[in-house]
Amino acid sequence: MAINWFKYAAPSTFYGLAGKLIPWLAWPAAILFCAGMYIGFFVAPTDAVQSEAYRIIFIHVPASILSMFVYLIMAGYAALGLIFNTRLSSMMASALAPTGALFAFISLWTGALWGKPMWGAWWVWDARLTSELILLFLYLGFISLHASIEDPRRADRASALLAIVGSVNVPIIYFSVKWWNTLHQGSTVKLSGTSMHIAMQHAMFTMLAAMWLYVIAISLARVRSIILERERSTQWVAELAEVKQ
Amino acid sequence: MSKLTLFRMSGLVINRELTLAMRRRADVLTTLIFFVMVVSLFPLAIGSELDILRKIAPGVVWVAALLASMLSLGRMFSADYLDGTLEQMMLVPQSLSMLVLSKIIAHWMMSGLPLVLIAPVLGLQFDMSAGALLVLIAALLLGTPVLSMIGAVGAALTLGLRGGGVLVSLLVLPLCIPVLIFGTGAVDAVTSGMSAAANLSLLGAFLLVSLLFTPWIAAQALRISME
Repeated sequence: MAINWFKYAAPSTFYGLAGKLIPWLAWPAAILFCAGMYIGFFVAPTDAVQSEAYRIIFIHVPASILSMFVYLIMAGYAALGLIFNTRLSSMMASALAPTGALFAFISLWTGALWGKPMWGAWWVWDARLTSELILLFLYLGFISLHASIEDPRRADRASALLAIVGSVNVPIIYFSVKWWNTLHQGSTVKLSGTSMHIAMQHAMFTMLAAMWLYVIAISLARVRSIILERERSTQWVAELAEVKQ
Repeated sequence: MSKLTLFRMSGLVINRELTLAMRRRADVLTTLIFFVMVVSLFPLAIGSELDILRKIAPGVVWVAALLASMLSLGRMFSADYLDGTLEQMMLVPQSLSMLVLSKIIAHWMMSGLPLVLIAPVLGLQFDMSAGALLVLIAALLLGTPVLSMIGAVGAALTLGLRGGGVLVSLLVLPLCIPVLIFGTGAVDAVTSGMSAAANLSLLGAFLLVSLLFTPWIAAQALRISME
């Protein structure tokens, strides 16, 4: 039997699939989140150097990792949409952007909350902080370019080009900020010890998995809304049970 | 009729852009005056201690140059877009990337080059040493074309949009950060007794890479915006 690999590349079929997948992703995300929080707050021991304040890394580290990953995935989808002219890829790219921006913001915010007790300052011009801030700017640029073009096809293609240029620039920005930092001052940030307690690792990886699932679930939910919005004049949307009511 | 070669077309486009600019000298001058004004505001805001001024001079000049180059980006394509010239240009059988590159070169000659030329005077206001000034000029010469090139991509993407002027800054400024870092880094290196070669080489590398890619990307962006 020949499998049609591209069956779910059409928004009309993907809409239903995404709807079915969301609960299977959202519930594990919620459960893992609670489990990760429990391990992080009650099982993981107090850090010898940073005492209780270190526990924010269970949110901070996964959020930072995801903010970077999501940008790459978003740029990948945007490139697919630009090259193969697939509508769904562009929709996925614009569905991922707000989540990525949110994670970049959470990462900066939790970083500031952690920085205050640890370094005595809300903000330090460290290479990692600065490049995370620039990443947030890149997300905001993508979102605002997409929002300010009315024709959705042109918006998709223009912001796709921006996302690709941005993703090429991300490593350049990262290294330039890093060199800039070492040129000006010695690195102020050193993670205290690389050997992590096993419970801390568990908490962190559980939270990472929870946030991954959350990202997929929320972007599927968002892409469903985008599909409905873009395809509102089509026959299959008019025939949907939830639209008919 | 002789066939229009690539370089002849490029020359024609640059010539046309410069002629147009000379007919509206005010546009070129406003950018330059803006640059001078922004730079002059810093001593007023921060204070006139020469030690501080010397320290902030390269950063101030670079940030002002960045903002000034944003100011003139809107003009790169929009006038030609509005009167239909751009559409005709895109029908030309020669490479669109080359045409875009010519427009970028012309844009730099009118917005980047004047800033480079006036920068030493501003540097003197900040009590920069002769060696630092020389490096500042070299860095600006290498860096401002990159700003024009990255800016061209932004200008092409936001062509004909409402509020395009602010939007283009939002898109382009984060991408220009590496140029800013190494541009100021070159001067800082000299003032702290090191060699500026590393920073200048990196700026040169940025220039070459953007020379290779940005005209093509901007051409693609124009195609997207014009379809």
